[in-house]
Amino acid sequence: MLKRTFSQIRDLYRKGEASVAEVVSESFVEIKKVNQRLNVFLTTNEEQAIATALKMDDEWKKNKTVLNQPLWGMPVAYKDMFLTKGLRTTAGSKVLENYIPPYSATVVDRLEEVGMIRMGKLNQDAWAHGASGENSDYGPTKNPINEAYVPGGSSSGSAAAVAAGLVPVATGTDTGGSIRQPASFCGVVGFKPTYGRVSRYGIVAMASSLDSIGHITTCVEDAALVLEATAGEDKHDANTKGAEKYKARLEEFDLKGMKIGVPREYLEPVKNTEVRENVKQVMKMIEEVGAEVVEVSLPHTEEAISVYYIIQPAEVSSNLARYDGIRYGNKREVFGAEAKRRIMMGTYILSAGYYDAYYKTALKVRTLIKQDFDNVFEKVDLLLTPVSPTPAFKLGEKTNDPLEMYLSDVFTVTANIAGIPGISLPSGMSKNGLPLAVQLLADRNNEEKLLGAAYQVEKNLK
Amino acid sequence: MTANKMKPIIGMEVHVELDTESKMFCECSAEHFRVKPNSHICPVCTGLPGALPVPNEEAIERTIMIGLALGCQINRASKFDRKHYFYPDLPKGYQISQYDLPFCYEGKMKLSNGKEIGITRVHLEEDTGKLSHKNGVSLIDYNRSGVPLVEIVSEPDIESAAEAKEYLKLLRNTVRFLGVSDADMEKGSMRLEANISVMMDDNWPEYKVEVKNVNSFRYIELAIEYEIERQKKVLLMGKVPRQETRGWSLNGKKTVVQRVKEEAKDYRYFPEPDIPVIELSQKQVDEIETKIALLPIKVRDDLQDKGVRKQFTDKVIEDRNLAEYVLELVRMGEDKKIKADDLVSLVVNKDVDWRKLKPAEVIDEYQKKNNREYLSAEQTEEFVDRVIEENESAVSDYRKGKGNAIQFLLGQAMKLSQGKVNPELVMKLIREKLV
Repeated sequence: MLKRTFSQIRDLYRKGEASVAEVVSESFVEIKKVNQRLNVFLTTNEEQAIATALKMDDEWKKNKTVLNQPLWGMPVAYKDMFLTKGLRTTAGSKVLENYIPPYSATVVDRLEEVGMIRMGKLNQDAWAHGASGENSDYGPTKNPINEAYVPGGSSSGSAAAVAAGLVPVATGTDTGGSIRQPASFCGVVGFKPTYGRVSRYGIVAMASSLDSIGHITTCVEDAALVLEATAGEDKHDANTKGAEKYKARLEEFDLKGMKIGVPREYLEPVKNTEVRENVKQVMKMIEEVGAEVVEVSLPHTEEAISVYYIIQPAEVSSNLARYDGIRYGNKREVFGAEAKRRIMMGTYILSAGYYDAYYKTALKVRTLIKQDFDNVFEKVDLLLTPVSPTPAFKLGEKTNDPLEMYLSDVFTVTANIAGIPGISLPSGMSKNGLPLAVQLLADRNNEEKLLGAAYQVEKNLK
Repeated sequence: MTANKMKPIIGMEVHVELDTESKMFCECSAEHFRVKPNSHICPVCTGLPGALPVPNEEAIERTIMIGLALGCQINRASKFDRKHYFYPDLPKGYQISQYDLPFCYEGKMKLSNGKEIGITRVHLEEDTGKLSHKNGVSLIDYNRSGVPLVEIVSEPDIESAAEAKEYLKLLRNTVRFLGVSDADMEKGSMRLEANISVMMDDNWPEYKVEVKNVNSFRYIELAIEYEIERQKKVLLMGKVPRQETRGWSLNGKKTVVQRVKEEAKDYRYFPEPDIPVIELSQKQVDEIETKIALLPIKVRDDLQDKGVRKQFTDKVIEDRNLAEYVLELVRMGEDKKIKADDLVSLVVNKDVDWRKLKPAEVIDEYQKKNNREYLSAEQTEEFVDRVIEENESAVSDYRKGKGNAIQFLLGQAMKLSQGKVNPELVMKLIREKLV
């Protein structure tokens, strides 16, 4: 596997050991080798990517300073929720099987403007509805670590692509954990920013008040560098008003002296001993480095899944209304079972006579959950939690019971409900060779602290 | 047997298209009248995947201007909501509108007889695309999709077709005076909807009939009159008129059923998550208020107070430039003690072309018409000399800088000459002589 960081790729360029075109072609060779088996990419962009790479090699010959841009010459692949002008975008659904968008997402433009190369579009649970990749209308993605297992979801292709070394970064969307959970299942870094920090324009909307735009990388430094390019106010997204650009200041944060809270509501229910032990090991390591680890409480955690599965389907049902097959796309009959389930649930939740009991009430509890975090972040700098109650599960293991699948979101949905940033970090391996991971959470707009601390944790875990 | 007491209960819902440069939630041009189909569109107003709405601040400002002009309260925290229904001209499957926190609420409109019609609310939303049907095929033009639309809802205080017409005209004129819309019913930039019921014996009606798709004042008046009579007949038969939507049939000269409303539609409203709450400071609202220069109701009332008859004021307030002109004319006429109604009559009856003459010139015309024969310059001067001689204290006041003194002297000259001296000449002479 060719897992490489940006820094390693940049070294190849700087030392003249490889050209951009070579790195890109090599990646496509690897993609073609594994894609049939792993089902990671839905669409590749080989011809255009190589043409772009050749142009960049010319540029590099004339102007060596381009390498001062940290993302210059780096391949990127996009979860198929991200619209890419001229390149098929499906959101993992047959409704958009042949959809060629006339415009690109702001994030796509921003990344390509700083020299990233569009490699292709990644498989996912259709419409981002899922936590395993098994809801894709194009067949599930397999976990590159062990192909009998799911890579997690809904950004299943994104996590798999980075874990298999096909690209150094893949973008994702995280509405209830869809970046952090698959990253944890595949042993890579999954980053979710504060809601509104990164523009959602040009990305298929799942649940408008919960969707967060992030990415999966091989290391924390790369996650920080990508955020530098994507973060900041976008005139096309009213919820980014006032959003600041981000400057990676990883070295400035020291774990020593930080207070890390571990919420009891996130540790006590974990029945899987390996997951529990792993979190405890990380806690111990953090203490050894000089941080203070304290137990905290987020009393409304138990209500979080209910709140999420009321607000999210309601917004989903509304956001999917535009797919009527009139201007673009196929007819609504082609929606998969999970999409239909959520459309029905959401419509019911918003209907007259039920709106107050469900949606309005969920909004109130949402405020309570937000307040839990506000209160806790007055006492601690960051929170440490597991990402998922279990490591990756086998394909087909949870597909019979959608409700059981929903419950695996329990540790990740709260960050979306409260709008706070979070990161999933690989922290070990289970006995049967599956990745384990921990999650760090920070208060809104505290990505600097979050990434800085994550950088230290990552270093110390090596 | 006593006759049943029947009273029409009418409420009006009016939509006004704002004349902004760009659409409500995107930067596309809001121009759509006689524009090539689907040439002013973008991902946002065609509901493409990933598109997001960003509110047009000018449209919000104009909505608040309308609300303030109608005497409304302004919600300092307001929001947009999604209103869901399926129709091919609604690209997102929902319309972004306002549900329970409209920008403006609780206003009123005073008719010329003093009766006040309550304004329930003024809110902002986006328009839909336009369907056209040709050769068995339906075509959709999205140029109009996303154009800002202001909805003005009245309380059911209107009791006759005549009142409805006056209300609508005042509303149209107000909007035009503000310069926020051309409010042209033929172009569709002002759309009318009347909700009509008839109350029998103080029992609040359990139904209402909606009359839509009528695009002239004359026809809405006829339609309302027809509806009232039709409903009265049904009620007198002991039945309740069916709740439905009707339109006006030109040929039949009656209202006809367009759609039967069995039950209220469930729009599944919820707050628009893509747009943050809109917060307005009192300062911002005050600033918007300063942009309101002249309003037709005020012009009407001012002129009426000065004795101008209703049929004239009705005409004057249809055009802001005309209204400004007439106010200036009447003011100048006041100085010369000319009856306002006389001057306005000249303008309204087109005896003079106001666009070609200055107000002062109109006054001259008027005076000529009334054959005002002034005394000659010598005769006038004699009177002026006399007045100056006989009013020492006024003269000394004038010399001290008391401006009113000259008015007093003029008054004296008028008195002595029995009004036959030209006031302008008198003033000129006084000033020259008392230098």
